[in-house]
Amino acid sequence: MLDVKGIHTYYGLSHILFDVSLTVSKGEVVGLLGRNGAGKSTTMRSIMGLTPPKEGSVAFNGEDITGRKPYLLFRKGIGYVPDDRRVFADLSVDDNLDIVHNREAAWNKDRVYGLFPALGEIKTRRAGNLSGGEQQMLTIARALMGGPELLLLDEPTEGLAPLIVRDLEEQILKLRDAGISILLSEQNVRSALKMISRAYVIDNGSIRFEGTVSELEANEEVKKKYLMV
Amino acid sequence: MDLIYAILPPKVLAQIFVGLSRTTILFIVSSGLSLILGVLRIPNVAHGSLYMIGAFMAFTISKIFGGGDAGFWAALVGAPLGVALVSLAAERGLFQYLYEREHLMLLLLTFAVSLIFGDLVKIVWGAEYKSVPVPHVFQGYVYLFGGLPFPIYNLFLLIIGPIVAVALWLIVNKTKIGKISRAAAVDREMVGAVGINVSWVFAIVFVIGCLLAGLGGALVAPTVSVTLGMDHTLIIEAFLIVIIGGLGNIWGALLGALIFGLTQSLGILVWSQFGIVFPYAAVIVVLLFRPTGLLKSTW
Repeated sequence: MLDVKGIHTYYGLSHILFDVSLTVSKGEVVGLLGRNGAGKSTTMRSIMGLTPPKEGSVAFNGEDITGRKPYLLFRKGIGYVPDDRRVFADLSVDDNLDIVHNREAAWNKDRVYGLFPALGEIKTRRAGNLSGGEQQMLTIARALMGGPELLLLDEPTEGLAPLIVRDLEEQILKLRDAGISILLSEQNVRSALKMISRAYVIDNGSIRFEGTVSELEANEEVKKKYLMV
Repeated sequence: MDLIYAILPPKVLAQIFVGLSRTTILFIVSSGLSLILGVLRIPNVAHGSLYMIGAFMAFTISKIFGGGDAGFWAALVGAPLGVALVSLAAERGLFQYLYEREHLMLLLLTFAVSLIFGDLVKIVWGAEYKSVPVPHVFQGYVYLFGGLPFPIYNLFLLIIGPIVAVALWLIVNKTKIGKISRAAAVDREMVGAVGINVSWVFAIVFVIGCLLAGLGGALVAPTVSVTLGMDHTLIIEAFLIVIIGGLGNIWGALLGALIFGLTQSLGILVWSQFGIVFPYAAVIVVLLFRPTGLLKSTW
């Protein structure tokens, strides 16, 4: 479904990603693990077209989408949840969801509120006044309003209390069960391992390991060197 | 009434009304400037030129319709729409490629565009003064406050001002395009990442803002002589209003326009030769105490 081949991404002159390749198949939750500053967010941004790669290609459902505008990628079915949340702070929770481009009627506010009942109770609240956990739910809900086939989740548990992290993990698994493929970037390896079936480990802008969860768990060297577990 | 007169002499009240009608024009034009500044981050110097073009278009349209009442109403609708078309062409052809540039570049670009617009106006309409007749219904005076005459047309302006303010509030707060533009004002990248073609949203916001400049021009046309150079004075005033009100804040534009219009008209009572100085003094006072403007800026 998602096929990233050998991308190189730059911020201005600094070379951030080196030959990053990864794939996500339909219905799969794939982890992109690594330390702070390893290149996880840049990989996400490259896929979403926010920081287009200079070399390499990104294909979605067999179609080359390298360098396409983000709004077109969203309309093709890629949802993006940034690591710094970025809710539309001035708007209410309802309005945050209302302004999203709706590509599929099957995903509407009722369904999204059904998935995040806590959000339904604070519909009219200004998004900027929500707690971190609520904002995180809102950014995921917002991405879901487009009815995505693939969700790019950039460190969804970052900075959240353990109890809220557990809720979020459950909701992410529900999304997988609803048939949405997910690329999940995480520093919090323990949390990620509960949700993913395969993982890529990234460090200094390069993929250092790829394999199934059991392969990763067996590989003490990778865990120590890149994940500090 | 006597009580009111005791506090505010009729002369002062009359000047307040004069100031309020000036405020209407200032508000309509500067709210458009503020909208564009808040959402698109463009300090659009050419906004004043669009106001001038609105006034000249009002002249032409009014003349085509025979200069009477029909001409006035046709101009009031047609001139803002004409200005909207001009601004749409400018946005799609020029501005849309420059949103990511730094502000100084945008300032230079829009200044250049204002010079070009100025010359185009000279080519199309010539350098001589034009006047637009006040429609019959609004001709003459009402006698307020113990017999001081007040032009009926200015009363009409006092009604239009609040209507525009409410309409603008509804657009910004209740429509989808308004909500999207409020989100885009803060985080345009993320708005794009939820499937919205931000480029067209910006075009629409730009056109709405410029339409207000055109409306201001069409409304002011019957009260002044329409002439080259009317853009320069206004754009400076509009920028000051937007700055003291709070960049990008529509209510700030209203507040700034009130301060500007009222200090100007009341200043004349205090020191008639130097009346023009008072609004600028007020700007200095505001900026000394609230350097970021009176209301919350969207920047």
